[in-house]
Amino acid sequence: MQSVIKSSTLARARAFRTAQNVGGGVRSFASSARRSQAVPTEKPVLMKEFKIYRWNPDEPAKKPTLQSYTIDLNQTGPMILDALIKIKNEIDPTLTFRRSCREGICGSCAMNIDGQNTLACLCRTDRNVGKDAKVYPLPHMYIVKDLVPDLTLFYKQYKSIQPYLQNDNPPASGEFLQSQEERKKLDGLYECILCACCSTSCPSYWWNQDEYLGPATLMQAYRWIADSRDSYGAERKEKLQNEMSMYRCHTIFNCSRTCPKGLNPAAAIAKIKLELAAE
Amino acid sequence: MMSTRAVGLGPALRKAAFAPRFARSQVVLRTALFKRGIQTESLPPSAATDILNKQRIKRPSSPHFTIYQPQLTWIGSIVNRMTGGALSALLYGFSLAYLVAPGTFDSAHIVEFVAGLPDAVKYCGKFVLALPFAFHSWNGLRHLGWDMGKFLTVKGAYNTGYAVLGATAISTIALVLM
Repeated sequence: MQSVIKSSTLARARAFRTAQNVGGGVRSFASSARRSQAVPTEKPVLMKEFKIYRWNPDEPAKKPTLQSYTIDLNQTGPMILDALIKIKNEIDPTLTFRRSCREGICGSCAMNIDGQNTLACLCRTDRNVGKDAKVYPLPHMYIVKDLVPDLTLFYKQYKSIQPYLQNDNPPASGEFLQSQEERKKLDGLYECILCACCSTSCPSYWWNQDEYLGPATLMQAYRWIADSRDSYGAERKEKLQNEMSMYRCHTIFNCSRTCPKGLNPAAAIAKIKLELAAE
Repeated sequence: MMSTRAVGLGPALRKAAFAPRFARSQVVLRTALFKRGIQTESLPPSAATDILNKQRIKRPSSPHFTIYQPQLTWIGSIVNRMTGGALSALLYGFSLAYLVAPGTFDSAHIVEFVAGLPDAVKYCGKFVLALPFAFHSWNGLRHLGWDMGKFLTVKGAYNTGYAVLGATAISTIALVLM
């Protein structure tokens, strides 16, 4: 044991002497001239092509086109929204899109990216530069400009289901009470941010959006039907009891597949159907 | 220089020395140097609706099924529609044909006609009939499951979807070899 320690101490002393001879001093690298003159290693250039849907209302006769932009991914943030903002800031200030919170809370930046509806702020840019990224607005919507769809009808539909608590017999004092089981029924429903990704991914909504309410609105309809504090469940269901409002849902599952918040509108609609069938 | 800075005159002196005379008047600067390329037009607030409506008429509809990623969910649904349509067209077509000409379109004549065909045509014909029948039947069971409140998750939809595809392949082969 003793000899081992001795030999290792010796070795360290020898190494120290060698370092002195080579470096010509005992300065550490951190404070050396070489350190201060060193150029940080640049990330390699990683150019990726973005093909983005463009349409300008000032030139309505011009057909919508895909415009190509190429940017360096290593000088851009990780998400598609970062790329869009970089393109708008540095290449083309006329590129138009909605964005606000950049963290999947507001639902403004919903668009079709590489064929799927999602929020640009939650969608990572594919680092494979061999393939271009295609960015379209939400499918089968009237386009205000570039990536901005007209959501007037979508909001009107949401309004039509009366998305607020309705109860003619409020508790005499205090607030409505709810058991934990009753509260649990609302989980997975109330989190919806109304980004319209699901409704605009639904083929039924594409063909019948003038009469069919679409998955987002129907899930909110169920959110109020399922709420134990709401006493208008029967009226709410009565409104859906026709051929178009809800029964255009053919359980395609595009809505649940595409939801950027991981919610399940298809299941909510199926539950309304079950409740209507049980009446 | 040191003395002026000490009494706080440095910045003021520098500004006076370096600023061009006309730049001191912002109005003069704006009219002399810049001319706006865009003329604005004053409109009453009531014109907004007209402008909006004019724009709305010309808005294009964004592309949909041509750009949407092909997924088992909606492609399966469309195939279910098509096979259902084709099978009903066949059923109604054959029934109506029997109604019109019972002598030519009864079972005995069909059996006789098919028996006379070469084997390759027989197998191809069986395949063309068996595939939509098998898919539509299995997918119908999947829909019944959903209507009973089962498999109502994305994972459930995919697992049952693959199960339907597998069952379709096996039963199509079985029907063709029958």
